[in-house]
Amino acid sequence: MTYSVRSATVRFGRTVALDDVTIEVPAGSIVAVVGGDGAGKSTLLRALAGEVALDAGQVEAPPRQHLGYLPASAGSWAALTVTQNIDFVAGIYGLAGDELAARRAELLDRASLTPAAGRLAAQLSGGMRRKLGFVMAIVHQPALLILDEPSTGVDPVSRIDLWRLASEAAASGAAVLMSTTYLDEAERAAHLVVLDRGRVLVQGSYDQVRASFAGVVTQADQPVRAEWAWRRGRVLHEYWPAGDPSAGSAVAPDLEDIVIALSLARRHEVPS
Amino acid sequence: MTSVLLSAAHVTRRFGAFTAVDDVSMRVQPGEVVGLLGANGAGKTTLIRMLLGLIAVTSGRVDLLGGPPDRERRRRLGYVPQGLGLYGDLTVRENLSFSARAYGTAEPALPPGLAGQAGVLVRELPLGAQRQVAFLAALAHSPDVLVLDEPTSGVDALARAALWDTIRAQAERGAGVLVTTHYMQEAQQCDRLLLMSDGRLVGEGSEADIIGSTTAVAVSTGDWAQAFAALNAAGAPVMLAGRAIRVANADPAELARVLSAAGIEASLRPVPATIEERMLMLSRQAKAS
Repeated sequence: MTYSVRSATVRFGRTVALDDVTIEVPAGSIVAVVGGDGAGKSTLLRALAGEVALDAGQVEAPPRQHLGYLPASAGSWAALTVTQNIDFVAGIYGLAGDELAARRAELLDRASLTPAAGRLAAQLSGGMRRKLGFVMAIVHQPALLILDEPSTGVDPVSRIDLWRLASEAAASGAAVLMSTTYLDEAERAAHLVVLDRGRVLVQGSYDQVRASFAGVVTQADQPVRAEWAWRRGRVLHEYWPAGDPSAGSAVAPDLEDIVIALSLARRHEVPS
Repeated sequence: MTSVLLSAAHVTRRFGAFTAVDDVSMRVQPGEVVGLLGANGAGKTTLIRMLLGLIAVTSGRVDLLGGPPDRERRRRLGYVPQGLGLYGDLTVRENLSFSARAYGTAEPALPPGLAGQAGVLVRELPLGAQRQVAFLAALAHSPDVLVLDEPTSGVDALARAALWDTIRAQAERGAGVLVTTHYMQEAQQCDRLLLMSDGRLVGEGSEADIIGSTTAVAVSTGDWAQAFAALNAAGAPVMLAGRAIRVANADPAELARVLSAAGIEASLRPVPATIEERMLMLSRQAKAS
């Protein structure tokens, strides 16, 4: 089974949030959406989740009871305990009794949340709260799992817990669509989609994205053209779309370089 | 100018029976960017709030610019909290005027990225733009000390690079910067690192100093997801770096046994450990105790 958004356009007033975007999310794999503020990541996820209506295009998604969605904000009730949060959502899907107890215990264990089961969600650290939201999104074993920035503000160890939960969901057959600002995380996805101001800049496996990247990225202490340069640690990287650097030494661009370079190129083509 | 801008000496903070910060000593000097690392709940924000004089220490001593962090000394401080500390119901211009007046300084000019946004309510701006405004407000009075709590969380790659440009420029003009981050690539941009775990300072210095004696083994295999699942099920401290599987403090022979029992062909080789792996080992130690 493959879920999809095809030729989707979404407008909010005069703002075009999505502009003719097509993505596919096959069962058993993770698709990652990356892009900046206002790129349209959340709108794309919400379109697939049926939370926002399209002005044009089609959505193919499972019926609501087979969909799990973790929104970018909270995803749990602050005044309920971890257990109460899980039981409340599980109840909506008709899980009860021994079946619920077993599922809850399994999920708490996988998310390393068992010691926090009786704690109020308000008293959890940021990383624990995201894991709770994740557990609530997968409690009913959805066929399609949509995660909006599950790992933002989460420490690296909890981030690995979250990634493990997502890959376990995919390994057991779910189609997983997630957005992230951590590009090392996105490299791991079977398929990645780079969005910029409502449009797909590039999509494919990490290897395909790297192979299709044109131009040269150089490294230097001082950029030749400041508007094409960005900071990487102590040095600056600079993009030469035509592949004709006049200074600096060429580096092998990673996903972060590629995303920045493509965003800069679009800024020069289509000023905001 | 003093050679230490900001310091803590044996600082402890308790909340009831809970010790949030336990006997921490640290310092920030002019011109350096110090990265404060640790898991969620390790005590980073509590330490920062004591350094800024926002909450009292239970014991120990905090020095800001040569004395206790009082109102007069805080005038020479710039602080961007995790929640940004802006007024959502005020416009960009109103927020900047307010903080400029509070610090008795001139209102900063808007950078090109925010041009035309002066009259927009802050809550209607995208997160990256809000962070830019918070930085502007914190930097308008050229503070001697700059404290940033997760300044780039949720910010895209391009905006993140621009914020780090600003951070380095502040250090270059002589300010001392203390910054928390969960982004290890950012940790590598700091001059010096501090690592907290369970309220204590457990590492200090360069990336190599923080990693200490932690080791790692890289697992190369055709199907990384399958190998990750098998090692994870066996309870190994598995990490991922992009698509590479890594296991901290592991015995390669034991990993080979687990993988071959699961029918997975893989090659193993020792690799330099990362800060994340050190953090993973610390969290497992904390869980075990």
